[in-house]
Amino acid sequence: MSPRVTRIVGFAVFAAFVAFVAVLPSFISDFKAQQYAYVGIFLIALLGLNILTGYTGQISLGHGAFMAIGGYTSAILMAGNEQFGGPISGGMKDVWTIPLAGIVAGLVGLAFGPPALRLSGLYLALATFAIAVAMPSAIKRFEEFTGGGSGINLFGTPELTGSATPVEILGRTLTYNDWLYYLCWTIALVAFAAAWLILRGRTGRAFRAVRDSETAAVSSGVSLARYKTLAFGISAAFAGVAGSLYAIASTFVNPDTFPVALSIFLLVGVVVGGLGGLSGLLFGAIFIHFLPLWSQGQDLGSLLPDSVIQGTTIEIPLIGDYVFKGTNVPGGPAIVYGIVLILLMFLIPNGVSGIFHRVGQLVARRRYSRSS
Amino acid sequence: MPVATFADFMQQVVTGLASGGVYALLALALVIIHRSTGVINFAQGEMATLSTYVAWALIAHHGWRYWPAFVATLAISFLGGIATHRLVIRPVERGSVLRIVIVTIGLLILINGFVLWQWGGEPQALRSPFGTETYDIGGVVVPAHDIGTIAVALGIVVLLWGLFKFTKVGLALRAVAVNPQEARLVGVRVTWMLALGWGLAATLGAVAGMLTAPTVGLDPQMMQAVLIYAFAAAVLGGIDSPAGAVAGGLMLGVLLNMLSYLTQYDLFDWFSEELRLPMALLVILVVLLVRPSGLFGHPEVKRV
Repeated sequence: MSPRVTRIVGFAVFAAFVAFVAVLPSFISDFKAQQYAYVGIFLIALLGLNILTGYTGQISLGHGAFMAIGGYTSAILMAGNEQFGGPISGGMKDVWTIPLAGIVAGLVGLAFGPPALRLSGLYLALATFAIAVAMPSAIKRFEEFTGGGSGINLFGTPELTGSATPVEILGRTLTYNDWLYYLCWTIALVAFAAAWLILRGRTGRAFRAVRDSETAAVSSGVSLARYKTLAFGISAAFAGVAGSLYAIASTFVNPDTFPVALSIFLLVGVVVGGLGGLSGLLFGAIFIHFLPLWSQGQDLGSLLPDSVIQGTTIEIPLIGDYVFKGTNVPGGPAIVYGIVLILLMFLIPNGVSGIFHRVGQLVARRRYSRSS
Repeated sequence: MPVATFADFMQQVVTGLASGGVYALLALALVIIHRSTGVINFAQGEMATLSTYVAWALIAHHGWRYWPAFVATLAISFLGGIATHRLVIRPVERGSVLRIVIVTIGLLILINGFVLWQWGGEPQALRSPFGTETYDIGGVVVPAHDIGTIAVALGIVVLLWGLFKFTKVGLALRAVAVNPQEARLVGVRVTWMLALGWGLAATLGAVAGMLTAPTVGLDPQMMQAVLIYAFAAAVLGGIDSPAGAVAGGLMLGVLLNMLSYLTQYDLFDWFSEELRLPMALLVILVVLLVRPSGLFGHPEVKRV
């Protein structure tokens, strides 16, 4: 396919997807709408992380911390922190806090850029990981700003957010969860378009040049300092927006809302979605939100042959008789999750974006071979 | 305000060296895998926890004595490490490094789930092979377990150094770490050397786990914090340097212990147990900003 055709197809698919997102709530339950809202939130965070890791080649194990900064910015602006002895009285409407959360997290990301310049690879991974690890403790430490360990509760303040009351917007009445869904997905689609615009031009080329070879990038006049810092800033801003929506959707924040595991799962989502591709990230977001829930529902016993169910005794030399445990016990979901994750890495080496890319190549090859 | 004496100081150093010895062993495991496979093995801590559970099960359920169980666990871990490399890591070895990283994260989740599923979440007790006595050395009270830990850690490090330095296998292992293609050309069986590296790392982890369990108690989350410390120690020393990993582990152990000890003074009363980990990482961050390749690492020189 020529680039022009590719672009037209791309726009058509995107438009179809927007239409799909717009009508989906009519066909699913209220609860499901809330679940899909979370998928939109993760998509925003993954878009940001992919700009940094997939396009610029800088591994971050600390994006949960940027989400925490965004989430806390929103929560504090809404609920205030005077009740803990802080200076902010709050009272801001939820939607207005979202861009501010993005800006605050983005500024922190920019500030993190210059020190990160000195580090690369695993050293950078450790440095970002350090932020993720330190974040919960830092939140507890600055109690007068953040409410410490018990966090900030937004539930039951309908004038701000976090209530089950219907929302009136554009002459329609939406249930609260449908409103949440549309809020998250509108921002997610805008974020998707923004990421595409950033990456298609000069800036995106510079990012990829930095990823592919720093030395070659510098000798072509690409400033490492400028573009690495910029990538950190943009990426953190996306994460901040996602964190803000996360706080709004879950109606509370506390230090455990953004655990270290979140940072790791964001990286998992980016790799599953496909590094250096945007379309696959949707599947990365679905993966990190739904796979834990799905594996919770699995009874491992149904996956195993009958001969190894509970109470079966196996004789092992030297050790003696071994009584096989029941399968419906804690730990089972984690086993399923781990196996699925490893198998996915075996089966789709370049993530879901890689599959799309491959299909595109096959289609193109057929076209060319037919015309010749 | 208590007055610090030299004995107090030495006390903290010895306790720090004992926990640092454990970090050093696990950091060494991380370095060995990083040198051969090029990734940080996130599952290293869980592999160690699994090994420790195997030792505990042999002792508690099957009536084995400690040292036979210890040796058997090392053997099982070694074979388990080789099997892990052959079954799980080898299929993804070509391609993006991040893919291997995600596989090790999958392995972390899988092994953690397996341990919880098989042995439950309640803490178990694994006794120390060195007993519970304490020795008074010039006013410094040292538990036998601490002495034993330091001795075992140093012994293993020396053994490993000997293996790498004086044996043919060690030479092959080093050759593979430096240049796999050329090593293959001169007849080194590269894949088996990589698997051997994983086996050695799993064995080191098993030792670290069995030395940790008596002091903190055996539960499925036991090695998670230790892994973070070991990661920090390995990076502090320079991720490509085994000697750096050992030095980094010991320094980190002493540093952390000193920080906890200082909390009794007014000047440091803001410091709490909770800040131990962030504080350690902060110190390492500062070190890295001054020396981006760690204390003993070599900056990577790349051909464009």
